[in-house]
Amino acid sequence: MARIESEIGTPKGGFMKWVDDRFPWTETMKYHITEYYAAKSFNWWYVFGVLAMVVLVIQIVSGIFLTMNYKPSAEEAFASVEYIMRDVEWGWLIRYMHSTGASFFFIVVYLHMYRAMMYGSYQKPRELIWIIGMLIFFILFAEAFAGYLLPWGQMSYWGAQVIISLFGAIPFVGEALVEIIRGDYSITDITLNRFFALHVIVLPLALIAMVFVHIVALHHVGSSNPDGIEIKDHKGSDGIPLDGIAFHPYHTTKDLVGIIVFLMIFSAVMFFAPDMGGYFLEHANFEPANVMATPEHIAPVWYFTPFYAILRAVPNKLWGAILMAGSVLIPVFLPWLDRSRVKSIRYRGWIYKMALGLFVISFVVLGWLGMQPAEGIYVMMARIFSVIYFGFFLLMPYYTTIDKTKPVPDRVVYHG
Amino acid sequence: MTEDVDRNRRHFLTVATLVTGGVGIGLAAIPFLASLKPSARAQALGAPVEVPLGSLEPGEMIRVMWRGRLVFIVRRDEEMLSRLPNVTDLLRDPNSEVVEQQPEFAVNEHRSIKPEYLVVEGSCTHLGCAPLAEFDVGPADTWFGGFFCPCHGSRFDLSGRVYKGVPAPTNLRVPPYRYIREDVIIIGQESGAA
Repeated sequence: MARIESEIGTPKGGFMKWVDDRFPWTETMKYHITEYYAAKSFNWWYVFGVLAMVVLVIQIVSGIFLTMNYKPSAEEAFASVEYIMRDVEWGWLIRYMHSTGASFFFIVVYLHMYRAMMYGSYQKPRELIWIIGMLIFFILFAEAFAGYLLPWGQMSYWGAQVIISLFGAIPFVGEALVEIIRGDYSITDITLNRFFALHVIVLPLALIAMVFVHIVALHHVGSSNPDGIEIKDHKGSDGIPLDGIAFHPYHTTKDLVGIIVFLMIFSAVMFFAPDMGGYFLEHANFEPANVMATPEHIAPVWYFTPFYAILRAVPNKLWGAILMAGSVLIPVFLPWLDRSRVKSIRYRGWIYKMALGLFVISFVVLGWLGMQPAEGIYVMMARIFSVIYFGFFLLMPYYTTIDKTKPVPDRVVYHG
Repeated sequence: MTEDVDRNRRHFLTVATLVTGGVGIGLAAIPFLASLKPSARAQALGAPVEVPLGSLEPGEMIRVMWRGRLVFIVRRDEEMLSRLPNVTDLLRDPNSEVVEQQPEFAVNEHRSIKPEYLVVEGSCTHLGCAPLAEFDVGPADTWFGGFFCPCHGSRFDLSGRVYKGVPAPTNLRVPPYRYIREDVIIIGQESGAA
């Protein structure tokens, strides 16, 4: 046998060499994993990128299994979800995994974005990583929105009605655009059918492609770190950054701890509070869609509410829509709004720290306001906090210029 | 050889290829984009509907569906109609001057053919929620009865005319309709249209 093998020509170096001559497997592994160097000084804020990938996998796997029993038709959708919950073996688990995953996706992504804002990860030379990340965020919004229509509950229907109508505020083309989105004169079976296509094919494909591009850009430039310095500026004689350690096995081992803690929290919610008191699964959605009556109190799921509060703060349809779109888009320009040369919050002055603090408060308060009825004091508060939200971005070129920064060290600094 | 390259010719061919390819892709996109428009079946389901009004009590409202849209029909009594002039100053468009919101016949204070019967689409002109019918005069002295949208707080009077200072930009839409008998209307057809 051995003689025959040598006759057909197994190359020297074995199977891996055979592969590597035909596909850059070892090279790719080294470039992205075993010889990708990231700062030793990563803290826990740096775990959310990996966690976002974990949630993406959870959503894809649970989503695939849901499509095996779900029916994308107005007649059958609501009943098919109930069928999954009651009659399909472990169906309830798969469905709660998917619905809990949706909320955790946003928790993780919001924290991931906040990390970038704290440590200036969006600053030069990482502007494209930030912009690609924002694109991922927009796709995620569309994905979550399309997915929320699928159970065809009351909140699915009326939430979609409100958000699709927003496009009608666009001058001239608005109404025609709305008709193309719905594929009908109102939200019907046709709309549900195409939202299903968007949710399971178009948007996930785009999401995966953009995540890939996000990582390629990141590994080209290198990860940021809590000191906001470039570890590539100080390399040892072996060409390896002195402050860097390999992604695998060092960072992966640390990330594994983060993943385990994350899965513990995730499981606790999934098993014991899958609706999270109405925040993750809204109670009105346990009723099938009724075209004749809007629920008394309508609010989007929690991850949309900060932007929704901004929409409602404006007593004008077109301006409300413009400001809401603006509030979602404006972070894209962060790399250019921030005029500071210091990246990390560790070495910034009190003005930026205060501004970032106010921004976080305004985001959380707007999120809460978006769930309250649009009346009286709530509307006034929404206006005040909308001003703070936009002020953080629009005044940034000014206050980051005058802010007194501290000297930035050459090498990473350890705390504790 | 490279010196012999005719750069003008190469540039022309490149541009010509790109333009032809671009036009081809554009034309190929038409069927896909057109398939997103309301289909023939969706259009056919937009047929007119007949609604008998005989059984409506004064002050009562019914909801009917037309083209998948919700339509409110209210039989207003004398007292309700008498409230209409009270609110004129509070309204954004009391005389229905925004033309697209109603057929010609509804450009009047009661926004209907017969003052008694109001026919409006039950879709808030802000973001499409179904407004709630609150016909009684409210506790606030600025509320003379009408429609209230629970989603974003828009208010309309008993003729579906929008109040000032609310997110909805225009009055509720009046669908085309006509009387085919004394107490039967057909929604989706205007007078004169067959």
